[in-house]
Amino acid sequence: MEKRIGKKEKWLALLCSAMVLICLLIGCGLRIDKPGQSDNDTAEKKDSDSLAAENYITVGFSQLGAESDWRSANTESMLGTFTKENGYDLEYKNGQQKQSNQITAIRMFIQQEVDYILLAPATEDGWDSVLGEAREAGIPVILVDRMVNTSDKNLYSCWVGSDFELESKKVTAWIKAYTESKNIDPADLHIVNIQGSIGSTAQLGRSRGLANAARDNGWDLMAEVSGDFTETKAREVMEALLKRFDNINVVYCENDNEAIGAISALESAGKKVGSDIANGEIMVVSFDGVNEKALAYAREGKIACIAECNPLHGPRVEALIEAIERGETPDKFNYVDEKIYSYIDDISQITVDDVTYDVEKP
Amino acid sequence: MREKKTLGGRLNDSNLLLLITVVIFFVMYIGAVVIQGGGFTKPQMFFNILNANAALIITACGMSIVMISGGIDISVGGVVALVSMCCAVYLDYHDGSIFGSILIAIGIGLAYGLVQGFLVAYLDIQPFIVSLAGMFFARGMTTIVNTAPFNVADEEFTALKLTRINVPLMGTVNKKGIYVPAYVEIGVIVALIIVILLFVVLRWTRLGRSFYAVGGNSQSALMMGINVRRTKFISHLICSTLAGIGGYVYFLHVGSGAASHAMGMEMNAIASSIIGGTMLTGGVGNIIGTLFGVLSLSTIQNIVASAGLDDAWWTGITIAAMLCIFLIIQSVVMAQKRKAVRK
Repeated sequence: MEKRIGKKEKWLALLCSAMVLICLLIGCGLRIDKPGQSDNDTAEKKDSDSLAAENYITVGFSQLGAESDWRSANTESMLGTFTKENGYDLEYKNGQQKQSNQITAIRMFIQQEVDYILLAPATEDGWDSVLGEAREAGIPVILVDRMVNTSDKNLYSCWVGSDFELESKKVTAWIKAYTESKNIDPADLHIVNIQGSIGSTAQLGRSRGLANAARDNGWDLMAEVSGDFTETKAREVMEALLKRFDNINVVYCENDNEAIGAISALESAGKKVGSDIANGEIMVVSFDGVNEKALAYAREGKIACIAECNPLHGPRVEALIEAIERGETPDKFNYVDEKIYSYIDDISQITVDDVTYDVEKP
Repeated sequence: MREKKTLGGRLNDSNLLLLITVVIFFVMYIGAVVIQGGGFTKPQMFFNILNANAALIITACGMSIVMISGGIDISVGGVVALVSMCCAVYLDYHDGSIFGSILIAIGIGLAYGLVQGFLVAYLDIQPFIVSLAGMFFARGMTTIVNTAPFNVADEEFTALKLTRINVPLMGTVNKKGIYVPAYVEIGVIVALIIVILLFVVLRWTRLGRSFYAVGGNSQSALMMGINVRRTKFISHLICSTLAGIGGYVYFLHVGSGAASHAMGMEMNAIASSIIGGTMLTGGVGNIIGTLFGVLSLSTIQNIVASAGLDDAWWTGITIAAMLCIFLIIQSVVMAQKRKAVRK
């Protein structure tokens, strides 16, 4: 027994030192890898203590994921706005579509004593507890894109995002103005709506806008089917719709990817995509204006009209932070400015709720 | 040498592997404090790790018992999801009480343990196959109970969920001059009680020793007069019941029911047990090691996250590397032991 313990002890010492070495190597590896993230990262992290002295405003940003072009553009906007040159130190965390990851990230931000927390929540529910912790620590939380559903609205300072119903109102106002200028009878507009992911804030707002406009203008809204915001699903849905109806002349797609899918289905079915609906062309309208291919289609005239959904929230959030820094109380809900694009010259302006918007070239 | 004496000489392999785990955890944590600083210097960072992983600690403890007895149970993640969903539905749609929901959680765990334990111990079916079926059943049942994920609004439950136990003297004053108290959730207390209980059972009871004996060599255990079937049965019973309790603690932490809850938790539990020095071949393991295994696993995740390597695959790669190292250490230790025995 005595002998064995002695032997084991030797092994133990050897293994422990090996493990310590490996741990140190892992630690070093982590440090070496950091510059790969961004060029000026090493300098930042090395003297994080002196950062505070230099009065950088530290911002923790918990993004919900990287699922779409829009989301990536949104992240890029934040990374591009909150730079060292602008006086910010941004900590970005990708939540990978999971709320639990985002909650962990926010708890970490609280421990790191960031000045502001930006949150693009994955879900609307279940934030009371962690946002309460942020408030107890005195850190203002700014929501981006989606809303949270908390019992106490004061758990976050403000919200920045898009007014999805307004986007929809713009598109329907454009359709109304265009068809009136071409003397097309509203009852001759046979519309199908390829919806987004059911239940998402964007889908709800955009579907509601179309349904209201169809009711008010007497349009024939024939079908509403979800295309899940994706190209492939929208293509399938469009093919099925073409089999069901032979008089479709307007296809309302709730994002760019769906429009691309729908156009592909329409063209393979031998339909002509365009804006001359009186002569049998099928008009496609869409949202977002982020996808390059969709913008190219809009320039070619395949997509008649795109309502922009602006992912560039960075500058807007920066303005809010500056306001809070000055001691002001910013507006609770902040909508980003969004444009509407069309290649058709006939309509140069549209009016929604007494506000006039210029129709721009894509 | 000294550690060995204080922990007793009987279970040398367990103690050796435990010691390695503990050392690694401390080296890693201190390394994180020194190199990364920031949040890691705050005690609450550690408590956050505990809060987020209380359920994993409980399920991993159950997993260790089964693994020490030479089995495996991959149904625990499914059981956790099922418990969360059933309790959520019970509290919100059937206006249930807290006490009732706790009974449901333990009941589901017990039922799972009885069935799986019976199939494994008395019908001699491979534990992997039994618990694989159990996992599919639990995941399926979760969706049948309720498809859509939802948050529990029940007031009593929310109050319990938000209950924090402040840890004295550990709070910090942040740079805005606000005192932020350090706290743990109720689940952490439950987890620690279970760790202590199981530690005592494994070390000082006949039952605990028979787990080791059965896992180490069931033939010799049989010859020593241990009821092998009963021991295996009890190990599965304990594991599934702990999965039920862990499920409730998980539910208490997230406050919602969803079919996607605790995805891959069984794998994290197995990984934690292995990092904690439990051997897949059975007969070797330690509950304290499992506790440190969970802590090591989540500390790695936190280090990787705060190092800015945020992608999921980075965490995966580091955990894979760690598991690999531990498995190598284990096989080296065992080879060494066999050599010593032969001499």
